[in-house]
Amino acid sequence: MTASTRDSADWKRVDGIIDTYSAKKSNLIAILQRVQEEFRYLPEDIMTYIGTKIDGLSPATVYGVATFYAQFSLEPKGKYIIKCCDGTACHVRGSMPVYMSLKQRFGLEDGTFTSKDGLFTVETVSCLGACGLAPVVVINDKVYPQMTTDAMKIIIDTILDEEKGE
Amino acid sequence: MANTLFINGKECEYTDEPNLLEVIRKNGFNVPTFCYRPDLTQFGACRMCVVEIEGRGIQSSCTMPPEPGLKIHTNTEKTRRIRKIVLELLLANHDRECTTCEKSGKCELQKYAEEYGIKDIRFAQKKDSEYLPIDDSNPSLVRDPNKCILCGACVRACSEFQGHSVLGFANRGSKTVVQPMAGRHMSSVDCVFCGQCQAVCPTGALTIKSDVDAVWSLVTNPQVRTVVQMAPSVRVALGEEFNLKPGENVIGKLNAALRKIGFDLIFDTNFSADLTIMEEASEFIERLSKGENLPLFTSCCPAWVRYMETQHPELLNHLSTCKSPQGMLSSVLKELVPKYFDGYTKENTYVISIMPCTAKKVEARRAQLVKDGRSETDYVLTTQEIAKMIKSAGLNLAELEPEPNDSPFGLYSGAGTIFGASGGVAEAAVRTAYEFVTGETLENLDFKPLRGVDAASRTKDAVVDIKGNKVKVRVVSTLKEAEKSIKQLQEGAADFHILEVMACPGGCINGGGQPRSCDNSKIKEERAAGLYKEDAQLPYRKSHDNPDIKKLYAEFLEKPNSHKAHELLHTHYKNLFANSYKDLK
Repeated sequence: MTASTRDSADWKRVDGIIDTYSAKKSNLIAILQRVQEEFRYLPEDIMTYIGTKIDGLSPATVYGVATFYAQFSLEPKGKYIIKCCDGTACHVRGSMPVYMSLKQRFGLEDGTFTSKDGLFTVETVSCLGACGLAPVVVINDKVYPQMTTDAMKIIIDTILDEEKGE
Repeated sequence: MANTLFINGKECEYTDEPNLLEVIRKNGFNVPTFCYRPDLTQFGACRMCVVEIEGRGIQSSCTMPPEPGLKIHTNTEKTRRIRKIVLELLLANHDRECTTCEKSGKCELQKYAEEYGIKDIRFAQKKDSEYLPIDDSNPSLVRDPNKCILCGACVRACSEFQGHSVLGFANRGSKTVVQPMAGRHMSSVDCVFCGQCQAVCPTGALTIKSDVDAVWSLVTNPQVRTVVQMAPSVRVALGEEFNLKPGENVIGKLNAALRKIGFDLIFDTNFSADLTIMEEASEFIERLSKGENLPLFTSCCPAWVRYMETQHPELLNHLSTCKSPQGMLSSVLKELVPKYFDGYTKENTYVISIMPCTAKKVEARRAQLVKDGRSETDYVLTTQEIAKMIKSAGLNLAELEPEPNDSPFGLYSGAGTIFGASGGVAEAAVRTAYEFVTGETLENLDFKPLRGVDAASRTKDAVVDIKGNKVKVRVVSTLKEAEKSIKQLQEGAADFHILEVMACPGGCINGGGQPRSCDNSKIKEERAAGLYKEDAQLPYRKSHDNPDIKKLYAEFLEKPNSHKAHELLHTHYKNLFANSYKDLK
């Protein structure tokens, strides 16, 4: 691969993040988290860059860390990240029907998590520690307790309306 | 005083062994392992080396340090059961097409499955759709992830030897794979093809890309003339494939075997190692007198050359412009064999080289080493491959009567022989440079500080006094060590005039194409000893004393660094960073 199409402002942002964490190998996860916040995912060229910039790392090693942890995504995530808790409590209280209804609504096949318009990413998480509110869904850090398929539909409709309004 | 512990009831002494596994092996017992390699860090991944320790239960012997008084049992009902289950589980998602596997007969998984009597695997074989693609995109190595058992030996070799970490683990749990960045091909991630990953791989997940079939079809084709050369290190390692001791010099037997296989002319890369010294020593003297492009980096090691081209193109002016000995001899043979021998033409002459090295296969395909549309070295066989050819020809190397090679590109000096060990190129160069500069005979030819191939000798420094001129020589093996010297150079702290680099730990004798030696650190020392032994016994020990080298210059090349020599024996390098996957901006 030759030089990517990324503009220099992007590289400045990445350099800034690496500098914030003093280019230390032991800060790799924090660096990747910040990159993902900024770019909504971990682009391959940026992972390669990080692997060459930090002593003791290589692109393959960075990729290994990025693919090990479920929190990292190698594909662009949606504007709204919907986390459906599927811990034990949420599971028995019906998290799966809620999750399936979202997948169906956004037309997500197995292995894809982000809607075609790039607006929504739907993923499951193992436990959010809010079992008393089961089943729980979190959309961009906002917690929605005791979810049902009907309630989910209304929430998504509201978000879509807001999007149209903007 | 040595401590003692008990292995299977026998009281055993131990001293500074890093782990129980080494103590067990030293005392004549053994446990199986996939992931333990003495030259790499301990990993404890495969759980095959488990032992039962009284009062401690089951422990993996590769990760546990010895303690006085431990009562260890290596072969109990429980350890056998654990090992069998490990094997069964590994085989469950392993491509079990053993007969067509390049590693068949040499595979540890196959070996232990046989030893432990695994006759039935209770788990279903992977479905076709679950197979991952094979990477055979380069001339040197083949990566088949379906045969990987995730022992991590290759990952450690790449990072601990070469500091390069081209290979890494990716994904998690049952989806874990070992692969280059983002599953790319090895050819597109700046891999240098040293083959050390392959040398430590217990299964067929990483293998040498075989050129055996292509070479067979050449030697059996009556229209074709085959000319063969072999590197120094091959002669002291090939015997191991035929139950001879490491370090035993089998060059005469190899000549005999090659003739029986059907190669037409047999020459020796040692001859062109001498030629390399003539050129490189002259080049060094010239640079030293002009104060230009110092330190001089040696250029014999193709993995090192590729490393420089992809990672440090700004320092390419330091690399010697000399082709590697393989490259030099191939050029000379293509040019002169048709002149010296009847029936040989440029078209029908094929040069095959036998190398301890997987990176040589890539070197042979370099655009700079192609002439008239053909690679000057037509095929490169590794030591492992020539052993296979000899075996399939029905020959037992150990029993063959030694034969001489052919003239005039077969005679070599001791300086050429020691090229195979880390420090050998520098030593050979110093022997010649000293006499070139001073015009006096060098009495003591053994430069002991430059010798040594064990893990502690990966960086060696020596000062050679050439008539008051103190020449500082640095020798490194492994690219990880080389990188440290490069850092010093970049920081202006480099204190050496010559940098000899060999990418494999200990040099070519431990190359990626050599017979398996990853279980025993001593093997490479024995191979190196074999080379130094031959050096001490040869009638000529300095490259410029080799009468056939003198003749070649007198009849054809004129003098070192002449126009003709440059045309035939020197090359140039290319900045490959521009196409590298790391070139992002």
